[in-house]
Formats: sequence, C-alpha cells, structure tokens
Amino acid sequence: MQKSLYIDANKCTGCLQCEMACSYENYGVFNISKSRIKVFNFEHAGRRVPYTCTQCAEAWCLHACPVDAIKLDALTGAKVVNDATCVGCKVCTIACPFGTVNYVAETGKVQKCDLCGGDPACASACPTGAITYVDANWTGLDKMQQWAGKTDTQPRANG
Amino acid sequence: MGWTRKVLRVDLTKGTCKSEPLNMQWAQEYLGQRGLATKYFVEEVDPKVDPLAPANKLIMATGPLTGTMASTGGRYSVITKGALTGAIACSNSGGYFGAEMKFAGWDMVIFEGKSPKPVYLSIQDDNAELRDAAHLWGKTVWQTEEIIKKTHQDTQIRVASIGRAGENGVMYACVVNDLHRAAGRSGVGTVMGSKNLKAVAIRGTKGAGGIRDGKAFMQATVAAKKVLADNAVTGQGLPTYGTQVLMNVINEMGALPTRNHRDVQFEDARKISGEAMHEKRPTDGKAQLVTNAACFGCTIACGRISKMDEGHFSVVNKPEYWGASGGLEYEAAWALGAANGVGDLEALQYANLICNEDGYDPITFGATVGAAMELYDLGILTKEQIGMEAPFGSAQALVKLSEMTAKGEGFGKELGLGSARLCAKYGKPELSMGVKKQEFPAYDSRGIQGMGLAYATSNRGACHLRGYTVASEVLGIPVKTDPLVTEGKADLVKAFQDATSVFDSAGVCVFTTFAWTMADLQPQLDAACEGGWSMEKLTLLGERVWNMERLFNNAAGFTAKDDDLPPRLKTEPAKTGPAKGKVNGIDVMRPEYYKARGWDDKGVPTKETLSRLGL
Repeated sequence: MQKSLYIDANKCTGCLQCEMACSYENYGVFNISKSRIKVFNFEHAGRRVPYTCTQCAEAWCLHACPVDAIKLDALTGAKVVNDATCVGCKVCTIACPFGTVNYVAETGKVQKCDLCGGDPACASACPTGAITYVDANWTGLDKMQQWAGKTDTQPRANG
Repeated sequence: MGWTRKVLRVDLTKGTCKSEPLNMQWAQEYLGQRGLATKYFVEEVDPKVDPLAPANKLIMATGPLTGTMASTGGRYSVITKGALTGAIACSNSGGYFGAEMKFAGWDMVIFEGKSPKPVYLSIQDDNAELRDAAHLWGKTVWQTEEIIKKTHQDTQIRVASIGRAGENGVMYACVVNDLHRAAGRSGVGTVMGSKNLKAVAIRGTKGAGGIRDGKAFMQATVAAKKVLADNAVTGQGLPTYGTQVLMNVINEMGALPTRNHRDVQFEDARKISGEAMHEKRPTDGKAQLVTNAACFGCTIACGRISKMDEGHFSVVNKPEYWGASGGLEYEAAWALGAANGVGDLEALQYANLICNEDGYDPITFGATVGAAMELYDLGILTKEQIGMEAPFGSAQALVKLSEMTAKGEGFGKELGLGSARLCAKYGKPELSMGVKKQEFPAYDSRGIQGMGLAYATSNRGACHLRGYTVASEVLGIPVKTDPLVTEGKADLVKAFQDATSVFDSAGVCVFTTFAWTMADLQPQLDAACEGGWSMEKLTLLGERVWNMERLFNNAAGFTAKDDDLPPRLKTEPAKTGPAKGKVNGIDVMRPEYYKARGWDDKGVPTKETLSRLGL
C-alpha cells in the first residue's frame, strides 16, 4: 500500500517540531532553515499551516530536470533528488508550481521532500497529528468520517 | 556540546560587535541562560549601578536545549539589573527568537554602554552589526518587526524589540519578540530603551548542532514528550484553556486578589475565565479564542490566539485590532481584570493587545491601575488628576489608561511609574501590592500561604515564576500540601526556587514542571551536553544560581526588611471563601526559610553555605 503525507492545518500549533525533525533526519542538525517542510504563520487569521511536496503523480520537477536527477521511488511514490547527478541548474524549482523544490546554496544542489524512504520524520515528530502518513488512496478518510458524523440529523424511530 | 560556545559582545557606546569564546568552566557550573548569563552579569556589573545608567549591562541568553527538539526548547532570557526593582532581573520568553539566536551560532549577546543614537542589532549568522534605528524610534513593537523584515527583504527574520513604553521610560517595559511573546517583568525593556537599543533582528541558518549523544538525546526527548502528552495539565488543561484554566479554580479557593487585594474573590471571575474565552459572544456569535498556539519546539501549546468583538467600544472603527493576535493568559487576565474589578473580557483583551503592541508588562500595569483606582476610591486621586472617572470596575478607564501609558500622556505618565512609586508619590506606599517594587501576580497569599514566602523572597521581586508553590498547594504537584498553613512551606519554597533555577538555565519552559521533575530533564541535558550532568550536579546548580542572585541583591542594598509583604496581607484578613479570616504568615515562615537556605538571621548566606555551593 502506498502512503502519503496528509496535512490537517487545523491541528497545527506552530511548534516546528516537524521542521527540526526534517533537518535532523537529513543533516544531523536541528536547523529549520534546512527543512523541506515549512510551517507558515498566517498571523491575522490565527492559522498555522505546514506545507511540503505532495509528490505529484505527473511530477513537473522530474520532467523538467535536464539530467534526470529526480527519480520516482516506486515503493513510496516519492520523487527523489539524486545528489550525485543534480547539477544545481534550478530548472525544477521553476517547474514546480508549489515552490516545494528549493536550491541549497551550501551544497549546490536542490532539495525536496523524499518521504524519508517511507518513514517521514515530520509525521513522527508532530505532537498533534497535524501531519500524518496515511493510505495514499484515502487521504480524505479522516475528513469524510468527521462529516459523516455530522449527518445524524434524522429523528430516530425509538427517540 | 549543547552550547555554540560563542558569545557576542556589543559595545553600544563604541558601536562595536565582537565575538568571544564562551567561558566553559562557568558553563559547567551555571549551565546556560539564567544561570550562566547571571554569572557573567554579576562578574561584570557593579551591584550598586543605576539600572538606567550606561554602566548597567543587558544580556540576552539561550540555554543548551534552546533550538533543539527537546519539548519547549525555544526559551531565552533577558538578564540585567531591573529598572522597576533595582534587583537582579531575569525575564524569560518563548516564541521563536531564542531558537533563532542559537541557529545563528550564539549562546548569548551581551550589551554594554549606551548608544549615542537609536540603533538596532542585526545578526545574520556570524555577521553582527549595529544599524541606525532613527526610523524605528517611536514605532510600536508590531510596526518595528514589519519594517525590519521589509528593510532586509526577509520574512524569516525573528525580531525582539521594545515598544514606545521602553522608549519613554515606563518602568515596567518589556522586550517583546514574535509580536506577542515577552520577556515581561522587572522593566528589562526599560533598560534596553535607556541604551537606545530599539531591537535585535536575527536570522540564523547554522542550526543547533553538536549534541553530545544524538541517539540518546532523541530517546530522552521522545520519552519526555510522552510524559507531557500523558499528563492532565500539560496534555489537556493547558492546550485547551491555557493558563486561564486557573481563573475559576483560584477564585473558588478564595485566592484571587480583587480590587487591589481588598477582596480575595471576584464576582465576575467566570466572565473573564478560560471557559468564557471558549464561549460564543452574544454580540457576534463568535468565541474570543480562535485557537491555541505553541512557542518554538513546544508540545504543550498553551498559547492563546484570540480575536476581538469588532463591535466592542474599544475597537469600533479600529480594524487594525480585529485580526487574530495574542490572547489572554491567566496572569494578564487577572491583572487587567480582577485586580481592578473589571469583568469585561473584551476590554481585557484590548488592553492585552496594547501591552503587546507598546511593550509593557500587563501584570504590573493592571496592578498599578488597581492601586490608582483605590487611590481614586479614597479620594486621594481626583477625576481631574486622572483625566476621567476611575472607579473600580471601569472598563472605560482601563481601556483609556492602557492607551495613555506607553505614550506617557497625562496620567499615563504616572501609571508608567508602577504602583510602588505611584503610591509613594501620593503618600500611601502601603497600597502598593508587591515586593521589592514589583507587583504581585494572580495569587493571594492569604489563601495560598507558600506563595507569600515565594513572593517575599523572590530575587526579582514579587513573582509567580520563581517558586510556584501553587503547583503543590493547589494542584497537588508533586504532592498536595495544605494552602492555608505555613508549616513546611519554607522547605517547599526552597525546593521550587532551586528546581526552577535549573529549568530556567536549560532552555526549556517552566510549564513543563507541571509534568516533568528534574529526573525528566536530566537525561535530556546529559545527552546534549558534555560534562556528566547528574541529578546531584543539577540540584546543586539550582541552589548555586539562587544564592548567586541573592548575593547580588544583598550587595545592591537589599536586606531582610525587603523580604516582606505589604501590611494589607499581614493584617487585613481575607473576607470570604475558604481562607476567610486568614492573613499571610510571612513572619513565621521567613526565619524558617533563612534556616533552610543556610542563611543567617539577616538573610545573608553563611560562609559554610557559600563554600558548599562553590560561591
């Protein structure tokens, strides 16, 4: 079963444990400026929203790469940057409609979410369940269930 | 290592920024943040210094766990000699600023001297420079952050700044970071303003690295987070109601100081409680509370994000206050509300916004309004002097006075003095409800005896965050003690004071101690830092930090006479509730406490005590 990151922004408190977990997983240091998942604070709306690569089926970054440095991980569905091949041309960062592929000046390569090989550190670190790693075909199951619970509007026969 | 091992020293007089290595011997003896920065401070500053003189210094310091995945690991402290108190000041704040300082590669920043003109410090990793702040002077905290981000074209910069209160000499100005988190008490922002330092803007991209044992650290932090999640207070109470979970509890105990401590129960407590923040307003059908929010790294998330009723008289035609922003915490709700008898939740939230925007402490401000209202009630202050009718309970007066204080307009200038100076000025010093010129927070010590001793002996003046015996006397953490008796409170206060000193020196939030004991913190510190951080080493460190602060205060001129409560709490019994008929037994507890501390009867640590603590 393929899984997918599912983000429920209503549960996010803005603690940034996900960003620290991401940087620690990939760089061995707590450094949110190196995180591939970012939490955005919409102050006046009182909303904190985590955002990262959704692993598009038709991945524009992958198709745009002139040296085929971005490959599909068939097991997880992640589009993964191969550092050895990447030349840092940044075309993928232009191609991605969502801004989730970014250049890293220190390494001269791009980075994006690779789902940590199937065990995303951000989801493990999230204390509120705002970031979960669930069945890719049923990312809406949670929301469906919530709405299903609200359909109980008919009076019951036995009151 | 936990530490970055680098200190940034900023000479505001000369306009220079220099990097120096952290004193690692001191780091082993004082850990970080409160302990380590205070060690630097007491070594470098004359205790007799005028807090507002250039010779006073101001230190912003992180702890070894700041910027790590340890839960609540986002704290920093501002250490200086307090403008309000003249005592050692150490105000602790969350938000994201502290972690950013660590990420830029600095354990602490020491400010000395006074800039000839307004400046702000810009830090980008290793690069630090003082920049002109002429265009920022006169601006609010909120405007300052916006302008700095625009100037640097970087939305990821974190800013700590003073508002107009700090510029204009309000004696209890804060340093506010991330719009609504504050190093709030004792006038640390006033000191910053006296140095012509408007703000510190940091962008750090180096991260917090060098954890001594990464695997052990991750195991320890995961285990400690589970303890927080499984605990009723940190796992449910605080995320749901914030610290405001206490309003109804403390009121029922008869320990909610009301109308400048004339009463111990507030008839409108429910209207200004955490529960009320959840309720839909009849006016617009919306609850004041929008959501809870966390500081950096915090898995508790007690922070409140609120929206005002757009039709409330305080914000009609002021859309700039209609958006979501920092909401009421318990201490602020009490000070702005019960302390002056105001039961209008929207008025409280408005005054809270102004405190954040203009950078001043809502506890001291609210309590000072309460004192002014008592002076008005007694006929000592008149309508003409205040510029309005100011009876207890007047939301209109609270709102108007909050707008006047930071700007120093009219009577606002006098409110900016704090209650001790205000009441002394009008010949009623006994009506200032505080210790060492700092106002009490939200617990009446007639109903919670231990807090009287904690207030009287707090090194930074009356404070709930130096020895929160409420945890034991009210909530039963770690064990339940009787709030109405003095027996055993000396040892209890000492234990809380020493333990809190450790948490404040580590980089984590003291609210973890609702669930954590030292045994939960110790493995995290030991895995992060070199030097073998045993329980014994930490326990001794806590006591060492407390005594170091005490020695500074003694040298600054404080004596046993300053370890006392206002006469009202010692002679006017509580009128209602479970504590009815009680006064605080401070005079019984004080000698017991000195003895437990190993101090002589004048409150001076004995030679044996100092030698035992390595002082």
